[in-house]
Amino acid sequence: MPANLFKVNEKEYILPGSRACQGCGLSLAYRYMLKALRENTIVTLPACCLCVLQGMYPSTPVLVPALNNSFASTAASASGLVAGLQALDRSDITVVAMAGDGGTFDMGIQALSGAAERETDFIYVCYDNEGYMNTGTQRSSATPLGALTTTTPILTKQQHKKDFIKIVEAHDIPYLATVSPAYPIDLYDKFVKAKKIKGTRYIHIYAPCPPGWTYPPKDTVKMGRLAVETGVAVLFEVEDGKFRLTGRSKTLAERGNRLPVINYVEKQGRFRRMNIEQLNQLQAWVDRKWDEYIKRADQG
Amino acid sequence: MSKVRIMTGNQAAAVGATLSGVQVVAAYPITPQSQLAEIMSQQIEGGKLKAEYVRVESEHSAMTVCISASTVGARVFTATSANGLLYMHEQLHWAAGARLPIVMCCVNRGVGAPWTIFNDQQDSLSQRDTGWLQIYCRNNQEILDTVIQAYRIAEKVYVPVMVCFDGFVLSHTMMPVYIPDAGAVRKFLPPYKPHTILSPEDPRNINPVLFPGRRENTEGVLCDGYMEMRYKLFAALDGARDVIIETDEAFAEAFGRRHGGMLWEYLTEDADVILTGIGSIASEATVAADLLREEGVKAGVVGIRVFRPFPKEDVRRALRKARAVVTFEKAVSYGYEGGLCSDLKAALYGTEVKAAVHGCIAGLGGRDVKARELAEAVKASLADIDDGRTEKTLWLNCFTG
Ligand SMILES: Cc1ncc(C[n+]2csc(CCOP(=O)(O)OP(=O)(O)O)c2C)c(N)n1
Ligand code: SF4
Repeated sequence: MPANLFKVNEKEYILPGSRACQGCGLSLAYRYMLKALRENTIVTLPACCLCVLQGMYPSTPVLVPALNNSFASTAASASGLVAGLQALDRSDITVVAMAGDGGTFDMGIQALSGAAERETDFIYVCYDNEGYMNTGTQRSSATPLGALTTTTPILTKQQHKKDFIKIVEAHDIPYLATVSPAYPIDLYDKFVKAKKIKGTRYIHIYAPCPPGWTYPPKDTVKMGRLAVETGVAVLFEVEDGKFRLTGRSKTLAERGNRLPVINYVEKQGRFRRMNIEQLNQLQAWVDRKWDEYIKRADQG
Repeated sequence: MSKVRIMTGNQAAAVGATLSGVQVVAAYPITPQSQLAEIMSQQIEGGKLKAEYVRVESEHSAMTVCISASTVGARVFTATSANGLLYMHEQLHWAAGARLPIVMCCVNRGVGAPWTIFNDQQDSLSQRDTGWLQIYCRNNQEILDTVIQAYRIAEKVYVPVMVCFDGFVLSHTMMPVYIPDAGAVRKFLPPYKPHTILSPEDPRNINPVLFPGRRENTEGVLCDGYMEMRYKLFAALDGARDVIIETDEAFAEAFGRRHGGMLWEYLTEDADVILTGIGSIASEATVAADLLREEGVKAGVVGIRVFRPFPKEDVRRALRKARAVVTFEKAVSYGYEGGLCSDLKAALYGTEVKAAVHGCIAGLGGRDVKARELAEAVKASLADIDDGRTEKTLWLNCFTG
């Protein structure tokens, strides 16, 4: 049973009227994440959809202090906050760096790797909407095979998504987890846990995005669920090197009733140019990753 | 009590930063700055300075660490050179735009391609328009003193300050330096009190997206738009001149040394021709002026200490009696001329000062520049000016085909 099923913080940290799109998966995840982290938190963020969600000067719908930074600098900014707060005897504050997949997989990777290697005491959150959405749905290295983006507008993306989580894990950090806004309690539990751990913690949000993925805004939770039920997104955590499937992914593994990726792909306009060969490749890729996870779950 | 030590320019900068009580240091090694980054880590690991040292993976991150640590209210320090400074470029704008009193040493070095590790000033001069205040030093004493002064200036005007000094020429050259008393420095430079702190007690969204126009906040107060914020940064640099001069005066009162405020002068009172430059080449020019005077040419020197804000009133006053000015610059604006030469001409344009201004590009990538060569260039310029040639850019001591 989820640890916080009946104890979710009732306070809201995002007031109504943010500038995110209707049905934004990131917004939903951010809402639960802030509830879990509570007041004593500072967020640093780069240019991305979150930056727009944070509001246009001089107003913001978010009740947690935030520092905006340039695109490549999110994790370095967290290092600066941690060092500054340490120097001022304020290391009780939780420092969170949060960026999109573009600001993490691509341009922000160097700063994140540096901060993790230095064992910086912060939580890095990547919300992965699988593209550069803020600039108009361009391809990122997180975009899946076969997806249309504005820079793969005809042929679709020809490569698989980068397995970025593996790169992060190679830094031997004390806590790493994947979450989805479609499973808010699992998400909440993981942030509550991450907050209590010292050192670099990494949480990957698999964040459905209606305009970027081309599906109706009302279907965000459905899309998040399908991602997990097909194994495109896998919910797990790695605590001090120990791997554990969680929530829906855990029950899928136990029952062996994972759905085929077509169920997920057919619901999104971005895959409308995907050919059968790509679909098979994607299925094979998802299967291979899934098997790796199952093997790890068995080993513990 | 002050004490004298023999030290390099890099050591002098490190002593200055340590005496300034910096709380966070982030730096990435690059020749000729490396020794400075090493000494700071020694100071901190050895317990001589209570501060956090963030051993970043790049200069972009070094400046980012400074930006974020400064935003929560810490006094921060970094240093770099050449391509390291260029790699920071995006964050230099960010630091100035965020109005953070960061102090950084730039140990001047030529930039690639092709690689050179030797000195010129193309690195910092090509960062002219980032909104940083730039102060150039001519000896190691001035480096130490200027780092301390820089914090006081930065924290008054909320503009980051680059303290620049020539690589190897100063960074690796030993000179006697007076070390000021720590207590006296603390009095001169009280702890940093930020105007806004990022803290959970008073949540705010710092450096957000702005609309082009001014906008009301939730209380109906009309707030600045992007352009008003840019104007304020511009005005802050423009107004920094008084603070820089006042700081140098206050420093002289406390420690008995002054460094000229915006610029320094040598034998300018009766000078017919004035040699001008930035940093150590201006010191070399004083030797050239002596040589010229021995030959009967009334020469003087104006050393530009502060390049941004540009000392326009100060150069007009210093150059008012001169017939000719020759700038010697270790940087160039490709497709035009040396940046100092342009700025000087612009400052004099339309004023009483009618001196002809000639520009010499010299010493790029560590090319040796001797006082004798400066003196010869001045004599050639004077002859050209007598012949009515008011404009000239010369590549000094360089084979130009
Ligand atoms: C140095 C730099 N290059 C490019 C940009 C333009 N830019 C702003 S946001 C963005 C994409 C962000 O993508 P991602 O990190 O995935 O976040 P999302 O927009 O999807 O939320 C880009 C390319 C920038 N701000 N800075
Ligand atoms: S583009 Fe996607 S991620 Fe960005 S605000 Fe809209 S729904 Fe959210």
